[in-house]
Amino acid sequence: MCDQTFVAATFGPCDSCSKPSPLMNIYIKNEATNYCSLCVEMMACQGLQKGETLESLKRESETLKKKLEEERNKLNDVECNVSVILCWPILIVWDAFTLNKEHGVPLPCTWVLACAYAPSGCAIACGGLDNKCSVIPLSLDKNENLAAKKKSVAMHTNYVSGCSFTNSDMQLLTSSGDGTCALWDVESGQLLQSFHGHTADVLSLDLAPSETGNTFVSGGCDMKANVWDMRSGQNIQSFESHESDINCVKYYPSGDAFASASDDATCRFYDLRADREVAVYQKDSIIFGASTCDFSLSGRLLFAGYNDYAINVWDVLKGTRATILFGHENRVSRVRVSPDGTALCSASWDSTLRVWA
Amino acid sequence: MTIRNVLRDHGQRYRPRMACLKKVEKVVLEMQDPTTGVKLQPQRLVITTIPHAITGEDIVQICLFYSEARSFGSMLVALGYIYPIQDHKRLVVKPDASLYRFQTPYFWPTQQWPVEDTDYAIYLAKRNIRKKGILELHEQEQYNHLHKWMNHKWDFIVMQAKEQYRAAKERKKPDRVVFDCQERAYWVVHRPPVRTHTCMFPSLQKTFTFPSVWSMVTCFSLHCRLVKYCATYKGHDPFLSKCLPSNPWLTDDVTYWALNMPNVEIPTKMRVERWTFSFGELLSDPRGRDDFRLFLKKEFSGENLAFWEGCEDLKWGTAATMKEKAEQIYKTFLARGAPRWINIDGKTMEITVKGLKHPHRYVLDAAQTHIYMLMKKDSYGRYLKSPVFKETTKKAVCPEEHKFSDSQLEQNARNRRPSLSPIIIRQQEQEQKAKMAASAPVDITQVMSKLSQQGKEAPPRRTSVKND
Repeated sequence: MCDQTFVAATFGPCDSCSKPSPLMNIYIKNEATNYCSLCVEMMACQGLQKGETLESLKRESETLKKKLEEERNKLNDVECNVSVILCWPILIVWDAFTLNKEHGVPLPCTWVLACAYAPSGCAIACGGLDNKCSVIPLSLDKNENLAAKKKSVAMHTNYVSGCSFTNSDMQLLTSSGDGTCALWDVESGQLLQSFHGHTADVLSLDLAPSETGNTFVSGGCDMKANVWDMRSGQNIQSFESHESDINCVKYYPSGDAFASASDDATCRFYDLRADREVAVYQKDSIIFGASTCDFSLSGRLLFAGYNDYAINVWDVLKGTRATILFGHENRVSRVRVSPDGTALCSASWDSTLRVWA
Repeated sequence: MTIRNVLRDHGQRYRPRMACLKKVEKVVLEMQDPTTGVKLQPQRLVITTIPHAITGEDIVQICLFYSEARSFGSMLVALGYIYPIQDHKRLVVKPDASLYRFQTPYFWPTQQWPVEDTDYAIYLAKRNIRKKGILELHEQEQYNHLHKWMNHKWDFIVMQAKEQYRAAKERKKPDRVVFDCQERAYWVVHRPPVRTHTCMFPSLQKTFTFPSVWSMVTCFSLHCRLVKYCATYKGHDPFLSKCLPSNPWLTDDVTYWALNMPNVEIPTKMRVERWTFSFGELLSDPRGRDDFRLFLKKEFSGENLAFWEGCEDLKWGTAATMKEKAEQIYKTFLARGAPRWINIDGKTMEITVKGLKHPHRYVLDAAQTHIYMLMKKDSYGRYLKSPVFKETTKKAVCPEEHKFSDSQLEQNARNRRPSLSPIIIRQQEQEQKAKMAASAPVDITQVMSKLSQQGKEAPPRRTSVKND
């Protein structure tokens, strides 16, 4: 005889939304009721408005203190060919070829940590310690006040660490220090999907190349790199082999592998089909953390920027270092290869952007 | 507000091996048979007596019917079908008089209840309420961690814990003890302290059961795949091979960019070569897509590509117009008698039509994948052998490599000019699209209906002319 049963799994219409689904027994005001798990979730999250603001304020002040200690005056981020610089308090769109400043958007006093260029090239998104990610439409009129047209799209409960447009100008994917990633509709600011699963700040994300479908990878301070399905919000795969925060994740051009750069001074290469780490790019002489990485067009070279002011170029297949690029006078915060693969741009705390070809 | 999906597949962490578990379940049910199963005896606590306990010895005896009795028994305990009463933290079967019980089916791993952190938080909070300080070290750590990351629900969790505690107090003592044991056993299985072996984490399981040969084979095939990709694209990577005519960043000459504009009339040979690498490459290059569209028009299967583009627009478009777009696509491509009807199989059509009753942005996914595969396996192959493609390949240019002298390079540097702003390019594209929509392929059904209508009208007109 098996044990007595005190609880049973039931299926039926939910007491709140009346949809038939598997039910959970919960108590509301001392009465036992049956809700479907979606209603349970909604009820649980709505409960706490007052206590939540106090908690989130506490958390925000802690992270802000940490950030202020770490961050320096100017923070840089990079987009290819035409570059976007984030520099307190201005966001500049450069034509990297002619060295002209195409657009300049003065921002209110906030720290900006992430930026992205829309696929059409007609808008930019930026976000940071203001817990928001805003989209700014660009215009041909040089005198137009772009800051006035800024529109808040994403709202998180902690800083926004990374943002990226999907295949169109209409959707924005963001990652945040509150441990979640989220997909937003730009026009209405509506949250389309949220992705929970990281147990620490998420520091970066990257979308899969378009042929391979609707997934993206995110990396965070919990040393995990997670692959997500954009449609359902599920965490499809998880990789945990780094020994410290993952600062940057980037898909291989074919879409069935990705690389990550971490504070443990290594870059690692993971294959999605084999579901495992395949290579570790490290050297005894490299002791500073890697803050960023990007692949060349064929995927043969992996460019990684480090906190020792250099960019190491790794041969992905052989696992050895091909060359080092010296030139910056301070930490390299971001590297990106241009979409046509002709050049590499690196951004640094020495407040310069350098283009390498 | 966070919305979580109802049916969660937890990826690597929580995927019990269902087939194996179902077999185990059969065995467990046999073991519980009152006549041929394991012998039951009551367990005596200080004053109360709890029925239906079994000794470890008896479990092993029964399992002798299956080989490896003791390890099989231990597996049953590790999976959570049987739990030890006395030494509840060690999930093994000791073949002596130590007592076990069968776990209630609600807590079986095959129930497919996702092992929610919320439930664990409620469980820990409940134990905390009952007696402060009763939580083990690892449980305390988990509790603090959950308190931090589930803060937004903490009121709800504490309320549920209190209610469950109150409901439990209303039960009789033996029932309470049994339920406590059941719950505790369930959580020992699903939330073991870190660094203990558990059956529930497939990642650990992999290291035990993967033969090294298999892993070598995957590594080898994986390496081949990467090598192949790199080799295919090596000629196209400006960091590894020469960029023709020259890399604009090195020589300040923009011919390369001018020749590779998105909608240039005559593409370069390298670009056309890239279209042959994969169907995805062809579609993602606007010039390639145009060429493909031309080919499909000649084959009268242009509706496939148009449908695919419509689905992409729906998926990535703005939420406000989503419903109208979905309906428009349905009317144009899927409905019976639609002007540009696409050929998809019955099952996919059924799923799609059903989904369209409550349209969301991924409602056409099944149909889109079907059409994509159709184009990839059928049309793409024929396109590569078609006269359209051959013509394009013949006309494609292969520029000569630039050889600039130093003074010419200086001249180039001085003459750098900005490119066309993306805003202007977008305006041009929109004008182009409008032109194309105006000259859209002729709708056969409308033409036929027009002709038949004309046939009906003609005679009266002729008679009127005659009368005149």
